[in-house]
Amino acid sequence: MSVTRIQPRRRFSFFEWKEIVEYRDLLYYLSLRDIKLRYKQTSLGAVWVILQPLVPAIIFAVLFGNFARLPSNGQPYLLMVFTGLIPWSLFSNSIGRAGTSLVANSGLLSKIYFPRLIIPLASMGSVVVDGLVSLGVLVVLLALFGIGLGWHLLAAPFFLLAAFLMGLGLTLIVASLNVYHRDFGYAVPFVLQAWNYLTPIVYSSSLIPERWQFLYSLNPTVGLIEGFRWSVLGGVPITVTMMASMLSGLVASLAIGMAVFQKIERGFADIV
Amino acid sequence: MSSEIFWALRDVDFEVPRGKVFGVIGRNGAGKSTLLKILSRITEPTTGMAEIRGRVGSLLEVGTGFHPELSGRENIYLNGTLLGMRRRQIDQVFDAIVDFAEVHRFIDTPVKRYSSGMYVRLAFAVAAHLEPDILIIDEVLAVGDLQFQKKCLGKMKDVTGQGRTVLFVSHSLSTVNTLCDTCMLLENGRVTQIGPTESVTASYFASSEETAGSLLDLTADPLGDQVCRMLGARMVDRSGERLSYAHIEREFGIEMTYELMQPSTGPVIPNFHFFTAGQCAFITSPLHQPPASPGRHHATVWLPSRFLNEGTYSVNFAATTPIPQCCHFHVQDQFCFDVIEDLNDEARHGAVHKVPGAVRPQLNWSLR
Repeated sequence: MSVTRIQPRRRFSFFEWKEIVEYRDLLYYLSLRDIKLRYKQTSLGAVWVILQPLVPAIIFAVLFGNFARLPSNGQPYLLMVFTGLIPWSLFSNSIGRAGTSLVANSGLLSKIYFPRLIIPLASMGSVVVDGLVSLGVLVVLLALFGIGLGWHLLAAPFFLLAAFLMGLGLTLIVASLNVYHRDFGYAVPFVLQAWNYLTPIVYSSSLIPERWQFLYSLNPTVGLIEGFRWSVLGGVPITVTMMASMLSGLVASLAIGMAVFQKIERGFADIV
Repeated sequence: MSSEIFWALRDVDFEVPRGKVFGVIGRNGAGKSTLLKILSRITEPTTGMAEIRGRVGSLLEVGTGFHPELSGRENIYLNGTLLGMRRRQIDQVFDAIVDFAEVHRFIDTPVKRYSSGMYVRLAFAVAAHLEPDILIIDEVLAVGDLQFQKKCLGKMKDVTGQGRTVLFVSHSLSTVNTLCDTCMLLENGRVTQIGPTESVTASYFASSEETAGSLLDLTADPLGDQVCRMLGARMVDRSGERLSYAHIEREFGIEMTYELMQPSTGPVIPNFHFFTAGQCAFITSPLHQPPASPGRHHATVWLPSRFLNEGTYSVNFAATTPIPQCCHFHVQDQFCFDVIEDLNDEARHGAVHKVPGAVRPQLNWSLR
């Protein structure tokens, strides 16, 4: 017979991943709920999942590629933008959607126990599904443009995983702080917008002047985007600085995210 | 910055043997909900320790996580997994749940199209098929219609018959009396009594009569949620004058003042629960459409002359919305009043002691 001990937790303990695995069916149904509700009462339904990344990619490609004639390292501009948008959406949509998840699910949090981490994870579920659909679109685009894939494609999952984990870390920070100060919910879109411009999504990082390159590469998301782009389209591999700042950004965001989430977790039910 | 420390619970120590049904009673703010939240792991205790042997199922409300846009089937799985069931376990009891709720034809319809009865039945059906070793139950039984309450009580008795341990928190002394072997009384976060249910409930009832009165003013600290809050209650006569006691010969009213804060999604229906001697005498709610505009409202129920017996009655005030099922407030044990009768009343036929019974209506007789 299982024995549950209820007592104040120690200052820092690792997440009880075992318990999350036990509740994986809940994670599944909560994600399913979010996905279903997103496209309920739309006539196009799943088509929106395809259009959402594709339409902006086309607009940017026409604007920057055809009119402004920005460099794209010899690749079709549309593909360059699209490969940038996939990891970026995974990262930023997680924060955007799951950042308010704890507040939005306060009814559940104050009435029933389950591993709290399930809530932000489930909200990220719909982002992951969107990402998978985008990957499908990417495959079609690659075929249409006749782009051959290389061995570096093997690195693609690694960069996507990195985008997911970095997104998770920041999501945990935003979601937890949002419980106490709803201001975060309002500030996040602006911050993400600014961050968007500091990341080579709709342009190539080769556009950045040489003397600013190092400073620019300190942005952890630069590595995410350029890394994924390189693994799909080839070209110039990412620099060591990009890689290092990406990895340290990832570790830092996960560590801070978990610490903040745990610190605030015990009081959720009293505050939301 | 100075902050006052308030202990919702302090020095609470008790043990519930396996297979026992344990009741927890106490006034609003006594710490019952906090105790439940700690034992169901919703809030973490500041200090202290609890040990639970076995799988816990906690029902602090029925239908947690139900989403109006999702179908009955989807809600069963979502709600079931929330309660800690695995998908496979739900597959096994799925048909039984649908049978119990009697929603076969609508199982793939969004629950927003359900009647309130169907909605509540489905919500309770999922909870009823959860099979934990230990069941922690809040006053889910206090809301809903009578038939639903009966069904819940029946199911509860089944559960307790199976040798499951139950921790039951309630204001309804009669329910506690029927279901629980042992009972604990909480007052201001401390345990004041643990013992056989009947003796604990009796002394609790006696103490609540002392402190509550026929005038309740909550304006300084209204009770309720974002939709509706209770501001107070008083006993009145037809001209609106306040009464301090009722006379068995005269009609009187119990008036509740409440405030609607925002246009509600459904009707906010006031309902009053009359208790005497720890038993629910009756529950009453208005038949016509209640006011829906934001602002202050009064709900008065008129008790005809020669209806209630002489004695002390307590009234619980609640405001509920049927769909989605929601209880805005449930104010208990804070209001009571006396009905008195002149000793030389003809109807007493000279009886000096209290005439037994919760009601004493003047009925028509045929005498031959």
